[in-house]
Amino acid sequence: MDLNRYDGARHDSARHGSARHDNGPSAAPSTAKILIAGGFGVGKTTLVGSVSEIRPLRTEEPLSDRSVGIDDTQGLSAKTTTTVAMDFGRISFSSQLVLYLFGTPGQERFWFMWDDLSYGAIGAVVMADTRRVADCFASIDYFERNDIPFIVAVNCFEGAPRFEADDIRIALTLNPQVPVLLCDARDRESVKKVLIGLARYVMLSRSQPSAASRG
Amino acid sequence: MIPRDSQGARWFDEEAGPIVRPYAVTKGRTLPDSSASFGLIDVVVATGEGPSGHFRPGPEHRRILSVCRRPTPIVDLTSEIDLPLGVVRVLLGDLTNEGMLRIVSAQRQPVPDQRLLRMVLDGLESL
Repeated sequence: MDLNRYDGARHDSARHGSARHDNGPSAAPSTAKILIAGGFGVGKTTLVGSVSEIRPLRTEEPLSDRSVGIDDTQGLSAKTTTTVAMDFGRISFSSQLVLYLFGTPGQERFWFMWDDLSYGAIGAVVMADTRRVADCFASIDYFERNDIPFIVAVNCFEGAPRFEADDIRIALTLNPQVPVLLCDARDRESVKKVLIGLARYVMLSRSQPSAASRG
Repeated sequence: MIPRDSQGARWFDEEAGPIVRPYAVTKGRTLPDSSASFGLIDVVVATGEGPSGHFRPGPEHRRILSVCRRPTPIVDLTSEIDLPLGVVRVLLGDLTNEGMLRIVSAQRQPVPDQRLLRMVLDGLESL
């Protein structure tokens, strides 16, 4: 892990601001994150692996918000946590800026993770498979409801029917301004284009708040 | 209680997963005893201060402090020390309460600002 490039910080000025970006050589890195969503098997991990170094992340979350008392842990058979093993990607642009890619666990029982993952995110890439378009409805619903900008990336599997981006837009009943890109999750250049497409779209929609917030 | 499978055989080799349940290292606490929130990509650093009062850092606390001698994003810390995120958050709460660790960079707004977006876009384009 390339933490050696971070120099020891002696500053504490960021506690009351948003993430700081005025990093001198001895400061903490700025961090940003993008979510990669879509149905099971659509290629989320493949996409993340094409542009970044993949790392494991264990989350073992309590099933209730209530703190489990010390006495409760005596009954170890009680199921009080649920385990989600997930991967994330890490792109270190420099020692000053790191971008994280989080694949969102698709099943509904993991939705407690989504708020955590999406807070402060740049936006999301919703991956779609033309053979199972409906698999990404849940992700799209979530991002629309939470006003998180997203684009749709259609992973072009071999043998899967090819459609025009506009056909996909209609099938997903997307707003006309949401970009739909065709991509190959295995191809680094293709994935780069998807991420750049998202970043540009977010910059545009955040500077014109009305553009992306219509649900 | 020793876990047994349906045939009654003991079942606690490595494949059974950790024998100590994850929240045992937090003494059963599932939420930090701290008002600080620890976002996935917030950056923390050890302050170099020693423990005060009655606090006795456990082995996991010490591992966190060791990794955080340099400013470290929480997601990297969690991956590095291979403990579940919820557990790491409780331990981070202990350490910040004691002044042994602090958050140096945190997301306090749900939406990143244009400057960060521009930096990310430039970074992606130069990949």
